[in-house]
Amino acid sequence: MSQHEIALTVNGRAHRATVPARLTLVDFLRDHLRLTGTHTGCEHGVCGACSILFDGRPMRSCLIFAVQADGATITTVEGLAPEPGALSVLQDCFWETHALQCGFCTPGMLIAAQALLNETRTPSDDDIREAIGGNLCRCTGYKQIVEAIKLAASRLQGANMPPKQEVTGGHG
Amino acid sequence: MAEPAFRYIAKKRRPKEDRRFIAGAGRFVADLAPPGMLHIALVASPYPFARIRGIDAKAALALPGVRAVLAGADLAAGTEAIMSGLDAPKIKRWPLAHHYARYVGEWVAAVVAESRALAEDAAELVEVDYEPLPAVTDPEAAMLADAPPVHPDHGSNVLFRKKWVWGAVEEDFAAADATRAFRARWHRSSTVPIETFGVVAQWNDAQQLLDVWASIQMPKFADQLARALRLAGNAVRVHFDVDVGGSYGVKRGLKHAILAGFLARRLGVPVRLMEDRLENMRGGDAQGPDRIFDMQVAFSRAGIIRSLKIRALDDVGAHAGRAPLQLGKPIGAICGPYRVNSVEYEAISVTTNKTPQEAVRGFGQAPTNFALETAIDRVAAALGMDRIALRRANLIRHEEFPYTIPSGSTYDSGDFHTVLEKALAAADHPALLARRDAARGQGKLAGIGIACCLEPSGGNSAFEPLFNPKNETTTWMEACSVKVDGAGAIVVSINTSSSGQGHESLAATVVGEVLEREPDSIRVVRADSLSALPSNSPVGSRMAIMLGGAAAGAAKKLKETITAIGAHKLGASVGEVEYCDGAVSLRADPAKMIAWEAIAEIAHRKFHELPPGTEPGLQASHVLEVPTGGALPGADGRVQMYPCYAFEAHVVYAEIDRLTGQVALGPYVVGHDCGVMINPDIVHGMTYGGIAHGIGAALYERFRYDENGQFLSGTFMDYLIPSAHEVPDVAIVDHCTPSPLTAFGQKGSGEAGYLGAPAAISCAVNDALAPLGLSIAELPMTPGLLGDLIAAGKKG
Repeated sequence: MSQHEIALTVNGRAHRATVPARLTLVDFLRDHLRLTGTHTGCEHGVCGACSILFDGRPMRSCLIFAVQADGATITTVEGLAPEPGALSVLQDCFWETHALQCGFCTPGMLIAAQALLNETRTPSDDDIREAIGGNLCRCTGYKQIVEAIKLAASRLQGANMPPKQEVTGGHG
Repeated sequence: MAEPAFRYIAKKRRPKEDRRFIAGAGRFVADLAPPGMLHIALVASPYPFARIRGIDAKAALALPGVRAVLAGADLAAGTEAIMSGLDAPKIKRWPLAHHYARYVGEWVAAVVAESRALAEDAAELVEVDYEPLPAVTDPEAAMLADAPPVHPDHGSNVLFRKKWVWGAVEEDFAAADATRAFRARWHRSSTVPIETFGVVAQWNDAQQLLDVWASIQMPKFADQLARALRLAGNAVRVHFDVDVGGSYGVKRGLKHAILAGFLARRLGVPVRLMEDRLENMRGGDAQGPDRIFDMQVAFSRAGIIRSLKIRALDDVGAHAGRAPLQLGKPIGAICGPYRVNSVEYEAISVTTNKTPQEAVRGFGQAPTNFALETAIDRVAAALGMDRIALRRANLIRHEEFPYTIPSGSTYDSGDFHTVLEKALAAADHPALLARRDAARGQGKLAGIGIACCLEPSGGNSAFEPLFNPKNETTTWMEACSVKVDGAGAIVVSINTSSSGQGHESLAATVVGEVLEREPDSIRVVRADSLSALPSNSPVGSRMAIMLGGAAAGAAKKLKETITAIGAHKLGASVGEVEYCDGAVSLRADPAKMIAWEAIAEIAHRKFHELPPGTEPGLQASHVLEVPTGGALPGADGRVQMYPCYAFEAHVVYAEIDRLTGQVALGPYVVGHDCGVMINPDIVHGMTYGGIAHGIGAALYERFRYDENGQFLSGTFMDYLIPSAHEVPDVAIVDHCTPSPLTAFGQKGSGEAGYLGAPAAISCAVNDALAPLGLSIAELPMTPGLLGDLIAAGKKG
């Protein structure tokens, strides 16, 4: 198995590593960096539990090899909060509406929703369902997730902050 | 009965456990990695039925980093077979196939290596010599005398067959104005959590102790694991502080844990077995009910249902497990929410060469509810009666509770008519009818679905002795303990893992309510199986009732102790003082008061100030028997199954695309009455999720096998779970009929939505098909199935 050097930024922190060619990005994040907030649900790109922001765009880290992330800037669920111990507006809204039960799909949902809110502060219900349409949740029936994202959008409108503040301020 | 007033219960409160999950700081089993941990990969049978002639692991073992390859004979020699729920001693099951592989995906060998990837590489190098045998895949064919038995030693594929007759069924059928008979088919689906099953096992030789972390939801898991591994119960420690990524019934994983525990002990290092998605769907032994209902219903000209004959044939797959018992629980609500004079029920459980069934949300009640509601619709159609009017005429009336059904269970309480009317009003049923008729006028296939269904709750063991008289289990107790430290901080200990039900919020809210202390200030911890008090885990919609009841019981004992300590300090009798917000004061002179912290300090430090005979410290525990439980079934099979009955009335609008067969749902309204909701957001969330799951079972989800027994649905591209696109914006209308049997009037709600949604959607689809003269009683009604039906109907 060939080994490859990679350098990437995860949640604002630079990492260098030597990885086998076949290592997926999700396994790199979980097993090498011990960022276990990103979950594996299907490992074939359908469930969305492994979603991360890859250079700002939501992607499935089970369908990318770690070597393909060389040079990338990545945000995982652990990087959504503005500082350690705090919650982002979106995370707080997920708590407020109880937009989760078992919590397993939640990191991927948060990433998908954050990607949407980075694009717009005024998403329609259809926009929201489209944004999370590739993330499967077995507990909630999606209703309280949609409510959380709407609530976050309205709070962010009121806050008059630049849309990307919550994700670029990763700690580390 | 008015809804009682509470301080914390029934209020909007942020669930305690949510915070760690939104921070990405859950602690799931795949997140655990003890130093030196090895990984298990599995060799799976490609044949539905085959004799295993030999296994050659030389090439696999030669791969650097591979530590062991284990085959079925070795494992079977070192472990006890997994217990079945039935009295079927010749049906033996071990985690790895022994002599025979009985379904595609059955584990034949396990490979242990330094990484999962390496273990998978090595698994591909294991050579198994199979002798393929004729397989049986159709449950009706499996019953025939010449069918090849999946378990040759058992001699037949019939695992269980029994007919109960409760009341004068034949007389009621003979006296009825009319009867109808039909078949309803519920195909195989399951709960399919997004987290697959996983287990980490670590043997500590110095302590002679096996530590197990697993994503489980299973009664008596630790006991059964120890038994299978031939260890004393106190040599196995199952940790309940593992977050479980969804279960809804299926996360039993006993075979996974036996295999991992055996290997951890043999190799002396920690091992992890984490299913991948294919393993979960194929060899995880977690598929669900697969049922053929032959229904007969007898009724009067006025639309009064008199009697039912139900024959339920269930294909449990290749092993017995607990699946046959899923035919048992519905006996506790065998006639649904309706007044029915007599019922005949024949339950038949057969083996086929398919993946075994596991307990699925509702434990057989959702398929039964679908069959019952289809019967109601068939009667309405036969009489030309309005479907809602027919339901109104047959629903048990509010003033008739408690109401005993023919099969022996007494429904505790309910207000079915009011809930149905509230749901119809919220859906604006007249407007919905106008919308449907306008859509039909435009050539669309539009329909409205109605379903009235029960959720029996309070999870009891009554079906176990009913299906296996050698099993005399009459309690599925639940426990909770509460302690207050010397500074007044409260810790509540619960005795099970959770898979999203919010048990930490439940326990804290209940204890806070009784002790009048802010629930957010209460720490909830989880025991392990060695430190735990008895629990039967969150099954059968039981935890609001059972954990809630146990927590309330423990908190009430503590409150009595606190009151006694305060009274003693005040020099008064208990009758002369009052407990308020955790402090104790004189009724006659409320200024004379002992604060919460002072009482905690007395209890922990000042024995001389304790009332005589009081034990020091401040702690209490309570073990609760299931309300109404404790009795064996009578000779006629009559038994109280579960104590409490929640009710749901669904109203859903559907349009079917004529070309694709795709069903678009919404508006969707559900009236729901589960008594007092401890945390409304949690109850609503489970109900929304249950409806989404029901949409999957009704329209998309099916584990398919070809006629040879090959498994065709091992990925999320073949097994379709509803996404945010398929699940409409559901509206819940709450109603509260408190249960007279529980601490706060609560009932269960963990299966809410799922128990009625498939019936409601089937009803809507059939209403939409009615103008074409078509009907269908088969779930899931996939786009392909409906498209073909509509196309064939056109030709016909």
